[in-house]
Amino acid sequence: MLQVENLSKRFGDRIAVNAISFAIAAGETVGLLGPNGAGKTTTIAMICGIARPDGGQVSLGGVRVAQDASELKRRVGLVPQDLALYDELSAWANLQLFGGLYGLRATELQQRADDALALVGLAGRRNERVKTFSGGMKRRLNIAGALLHDPDLILLDEPTVGIDPQSRNAIFDNLEELKRRGKTLLYTTHYMEEAERLCDRVLILDHGQILADDSVAHLIREYDNLESAFMRLTGRALRDGAEA
Amino acid sequence: MNTTAILALVRTDVRLYFADRRAVVVGVLVPILIAAFFGYVFGGNGNAKDAGKIPIAVVDEDQSNVSRAIVADLAADKLLQVSTLKREAARDSVKTGKQNAAAVIPKGFGERTTKALFTGLDKPQVELLVDPSQTTGARVVEGLLAQYSMQEISREAFTGASGRKAIDDSLATLEKEEPTTTRADLKTLLHAARKLNEELDANTGAPGASPQRGFGLSIPYTVAPTEVTARDNTPYNGYAHSFAGMTVQFVLFAGIDAGVLLLLTRQRGIWQRLRSAPLRRSDFMLARALATTLISLFQFTLIYLAAAAVFNVRIEGSWPGFIGVGIAFCLLNAAFGLMLATLGRSAATTRGFASMATLLLVMIGGAWVPAFVFPRWLQSASLYVPTRWAVDGLDGATWRGLPFSSAVAPIIVLIGSAAVCLTVAIWRFRWEE
Repeated sequence: MLQVENLSKRFGDRIAVNAISFAIAAGETVGLLGPNGAGKTTTIAMICGIARPDGGQVSLGGVRVAQDASELKRRVGLVPQDLALYDELSAWANLQLFGGLYGLRATELQQRADDALALVGLAGRRNERVKTFSGGMKRRLNIAGALLHDPDLILLDEPTVGIDPQSRNAIFDNLEELKRRGKTLLYTTHYMEEAERLCDRVLILDHGQILADDSVAHLIREYDNLESAFMRLTGRALRDGAEA
Repeated sequence: MNTTAILALVRTDVRLYFADRRAVVVGVLVPILIAAFFGYVFGGNGNAKDAGKIPIAVVDEDQSNVSRAIVADLAADKLLQVSTLKREAARDSVKTGKQNAAAVIPKGFGERTTKALFTGLDKPQVELLVDPSQTTGARVVEGLLAQYSMQEISREAFTGASGRKAIDDSLATLEKEEPTTTRADLKTLLHAARKLNEELDANTGAPGASPQRGFGLSIPYTVAPTEVTARDNTPYNGYAHSFAGMTVQFVLFAGIDAGVLLLLTRQRGIWQRLRSAPLRRSDFMLARALATTLISLFQFTLIYLAAAAVFNVRIEGSWPGFIGVGIAFCLLNAAFGLMLATLGRSAATTRGFASMATLLLVMIGGAWVPAFVFPRWLQSASLYVPTRWAVDGLDGATWRGLPFSSAVAPIIVLIGSAAVCLTVAIWRFRWEE
């Protein structure tokens, strides 16, 4: 479904993503793992059309991003790492905006928003302002915002950052439900146990390059667990560079 | 054009504006309060009794008929608000800014001035204590003091008790001196004055019993000031100008807020959400401009509704002109906000810089005080500032009562300025990362 070929991006002298290639099949859940500054967010940004690649190409269902970014964007849902919500507005008003951006109107928008809120367990809070929500509720609403237009591919950029285990568990439940519905998920995280629980396959990225592209089961067989695989492949040196 | 997305963005911006109710109240209430203050200071709606009067103190150390009459004349003048004080109190009140000036009428003023009128000798000195920051008011006081002094001194000199004594003394002196042509003429004048006094006494019964204090020299014409406003008998409403000015200022502040909101949006996750949606750059910019225009129009309308309901500000001129200037200004404000968002780097510095620029624009544009009080060069310079045209356009449609044709130039200038701001915004707007 998603084809990434020789994708590259540089910021000045720094190479953020260095000619990476991978593919994701429809219905597959893939973890994109890597330390800070590895190039995960930049890769996500290029896949969803926010950032323009310096080289290579992204295609979804055979359609290249450069050819028809608008069509590709309609098939992709992004859950950004930073909360993409207006705190001052209600959950419903936020979803009304996100649905409107994809051309959803009145009844259809209402139905999709209700479904998304129900999926993330916020149906009863739809008219409350987001600023009254807990961190976990905001993270779940952040996910709901990416589902309104019923995308085939959902890009989740560290969707569980800074929340308690209960909220994280609730988000896992949401994502597993999306898997059951046949959605394709590309998931970036620092938490190996999340990848182990959720992903069929992981890509380990560092310094803009893919160090491993394998099934979770195979990596665990080879390195005992994902944590060991990650540390062995990326090393123990601290990464103080900013996330690219 | 993705109209659904544009509408969603506009609706969200309007919701965000109204979500902060305190900001909405402040954005409407503060301009009303400041406009009310400025309007009152600059004459109110023409009904305020003491509005615009120059506060002065008078120290009457003479307490003669002449000095008392001068004080009474000054107190009756509609331009002045007179307080009668002792010398030290008067000096203090000028020093502390309570009075613009204080006139000290010295002892012996009445007697010496009536003599000096004929002889030109031994003129007493009236001390005028002036607040140096209020020189215009002091000059008005000086002129009125001269006018009333001349009137009362001449009245006393020709028909008052000390004047009669001065006539008698002068005639006695002239009788003793060598006759000359000039002295003969002066004797004739003084005899005529004495005869006039005798006739006045005959008419009223007894010397000095006249209820009228006789006549004095006065300005041989009267002035009938007519306020040239929208219509005859329609008084100038100072609130009309102050509301124009404050509306312009605070709507521009709303434009700054819109620009800053856009900058803040860029720094939040919401920006990635917007960028990942099938939304074109032009649709996004159009939505922002539309939302800011609507918010500006809302603010504009509410402020003018208050002006009409409470301060009697009326559209005395062209309604289409008023609406046209209002819409053109709100469009300019939207483009101004967009331009700020594209030129600014951080929200805080952009807000600071833009607020300073806005205050300068509104000051030079005559939003605080009418541009006609500016020096000539500044009046000319202010024509290059769009706020001047906005204020003039609104003034023209309100208290000046001008027709639509007078609003055309302001509308063109405002829309032209909006086009310039929009061009800069389009040129500088970063959509791609």
